[in-house]
Amino acid sequence: MLDKPKPTTADIVKKCEDLFTDLSFAAAREWKEEKPGRIVVGFLPYYAPRELVHAAGGLPLGIFGGGDQLEVIHGDAYYQSYICRIPRSTIELGVTGRLDFVDGMMFPSICDVIRNLSGMWKIMFPTKGSRYIDLPHNFVDDLGGEFYRSELKETCDWLSGMTGRPITDDAIRASIAVFNENRRLIREIYQLRSDQPWNVPSSELYVLLRAGMVIPVEDHNRILREYLDSVREQTRPMKDNSRVVICGMFCEQPPLNLIKSIELSGCYIVDDDFILVTRWENSDVRLEGDPLANLASAYLHDSKSTPPKYEPDEAKKGLYLVDSVRKNRAEGVIFAMTSFCDPGLLERPILQSVLKKHGIPQIAFKYAENSGQMQPIREQAGTFADSIKLWSGA
Amino acid sequence: MTVITRPKAKPADAIKDASMAKQKAMMAAHYDRLSDAPETGQKVAATFVPGNLNELIMCFDMVNNLPEVNAIQNGLRRTSGSYVMEAEKLGHSEDVCTYVKSDIGMMARGNIGPNGRKLPNPDVLLLSYTGCFTFMKWFELLRREYGCETIMFQTPYMADGKITPDMIAYMVKQLKQDVIPKLEKVSGVKFDIDRLREYLKKSAVAEDDLVKVLQSAKHKPSPIDAYFGGIYYIGPIFGAFRGTDEAIDYYRFLREEVDQRIREGKGPVTPDGDMGKERYRLVVEGPPNYTNFRQFWKMFYDEGAVVVASSYTKVGGTYDFGFRHNPDKPLESLAEYCLNVYTNRNLPMRVDMLENYVNEYEADGLLINSIKSCNSFSAGQLLMMREVEKRTGKPAAFIETDLVDPRYFSAANVKNRLESYFQMIEQKRGGLRGAA
Repeated sequence: MLDKPKPTTADIVKKCEDLFTDLSFAAAREWKEEKPGRIVVGFLPYYAPRELVHAAGGLPLGIFGGGDQLEVIHGDAYYQSYICRIPRSTIELGVTGRLDFVDGMMFPSICDVIRNLSGMWKIMFPTKGSRYIDLPHNFVDDLGGEFYRSELKETCDWLSGMTGRPITDDAIRASIAVFNENRRLIREIYQLRSDQPWNVPSSELYVLLRAGMVIPVEDHNRILREYLDSVREQTRPMKDNSRVVICGMFCEQPPLNLIKSIELSGCYIVDDDFILVTRWENSDVRLEGDPLANLASAYLHDSKSTPPKYEPDEAKKGLYLVDSVRKNRAEGVIFAMTSFCDPGLLERPILQSVLKKHGIPQIAFKYAENSGQMQPIREQAGTFADSIKLWSGA
Repeated sequence: MTVITRPKAKPADAIKDASMAKQKAMMAAHYDRLSDAPETGQKVAATFVPGNLNELIMCFDMVNNLPEVNAIQNGLRRTSGSYVMEAEKLGHSEDVCTYVKSDIGMMARGNIGPNGRKLPNPDVLLLSYTGCFTFMKWFELLRREYGCETIMFQTPYMADGKITPDMIAYMVKQLKQDVIPKLEKVSGVKFDIDRLREYLKKSAVAEDDLVKVLQSAKHKPSPIDAYFGGIYYIGPIFGAFRGTDEAIDYYRFLREEVDQRIREGKGPVTPDGDMGKERYRLVVEGPPNYTNFRQFWKMFYDEGAVVVASSYTKVGGTYDFGFRHNPDKPLESLAEYCLNVYTNRNLPMRVDMLENYVNEYEADGLLINSIKSCNSFSAGQLLMMREVEKRTGKPAAFIETDLVDPRYFSAANVKNRLESYFQMIEQKRGGLRGAA
């Protein structure tokens, strides 16, 4: 029997791009149809306890808006002009039947718009489950930790209500283990991109992450391994680009062309906040002991910083971005925030002042998931990259 | 035809009834107390209207400073516009809440309060996180400026339309282990739970009278305007007076005044005097515009439209659904109060409330004033409008303004839409008469 040929990087990227741009979610539908009793549970950015859905025998499905290919007709009728795009396209996905196979939706406490969307979902899709995931802003174990553990327990009960089966601690531990593996692989790719950004373009990394939102984590782990194997075997030409960190893409998604445009303008993206749920925890979540307490503890003490999350210590405010710049040897930060994004745009002046204090160059612009005109962004990012090259050493 | 008349001279002084004058004096006294704080040594706690723990703050001999109220006052005095632009010059986005930008702009220009005197820096930022995400970022921004203790007090969201024991337990534990010890440290005053009970007892008395006043709008004609007038009425209890004897006196006085108006068959007092014949009874969802407050109100009372119930007057507590501060369960009661503020209720609960108001107050319909600044209120309002319209069979309408940014108040558009809405109500009535 002949060995199956190893997929090339281009094959893997093509497959991932097909998966993430498929707004009929065919892969998730097929997965559900393969075995009776399976459930699919959608979740919005920036974070959701996917392990619990997996432990319930379900598929956590990332709903990250409609991107730049979905024509939003119905969704616009639900929102005023001054509200961002992602809730509109999410509603559009719902009312056009694209999510008819989804059994429930999880809405994390990222902002008031997504919070209110959880209530809209209850009204608009009363036969589907809608669960608001109230994340803690107190980071003491027996306060915020205890509260979040109770939220996780309620989420388990909610999922059990869909499947008719209880979720055991052992099942959650097994799920944590497989997601730990997923996060390890993604951290590995991030490290590789930081070390050799010319070999791991961010447009490829992004589609790899997005694909993981619509397929089982085990399949995603296989794809990530294949990508790592493939990309390590090749060498692409290194360019004289500037190394930048991107901040602001934690919720509404950038068009893929936006990421490509930044790269084409002369920037190597060496860190970002794309699809944070894929690497929310900085290290493995513990497997021993109470799995819900372990997930809560990881959220409190070992997770990323991002604008929607409260920072109790003023001395640490915004330093995560400085640390990222230092660790990844970046030369500047690009704030790419979504229009009308409260968490991002309210946070931006704070982060800008922190960067200024540390002498880190920065630029800022806004985008929407359906932004089509990339030329201004390319010019702005290109000028930024050039100015770093010209003036940073001075 | 829509005709906008612009005043050529300064408008005549607004006519106020005695309770409004009393309220104004109370608010002025509060601002003076704040401005005097550096001299009197009284410590200042900045906090928010929804989730305002005034009784607890008073237990530490502190005085509260509410940045939203400052922004409102600046809006009413037409200074907020320049403050908002000042903040935008400093790098704050045009897309975000104008309360925040008004506050930041006011700070940048010396923090001169609505009384024309400098407001003191807060000694503590009590971040009562209740139903508005912006609060969190707002105090993170202020924390950088003031460098003072910041206390996060998280209120879980009522996502499933109910309060669970775990929610109360989390909040009480935060109060015991975090909020109270930090307030003790900042103030130097030891917490006395019996003192808190006394304040809560007083709160409940004033809350009873407030509810009677708000529910007086069930009478025809309504003796009050529960939106524009309601904003005066909620001032003391949503601000620095809940739990005080002054609040008890004020709300008793107000209730008696309203009772008298009912006996006399009078409608609300407007800035131009007693309102004429009541022609339309409305329920309003969403905050008002403050930069053109009087002009906005006039568009209603000129047409004989009175607001009989509003959601905005529940943003600092939903007392009309039965909640009262309870001295027997002091900390639990503070938790329950925070959980119940309007924007901490999920959308189905908000729709139920509005439907209930339309029916209970025999309103002609629902009007939504959608505010650009406030996603907490605004996201989902178009669905809410459809739902209430569907359930009640009464017409609904939608207008858009902003809280304190004058650039987003388009008088002609608003007036035009209101006039169309009143015509719609008339047509609906005509249709019903024809069917009868």
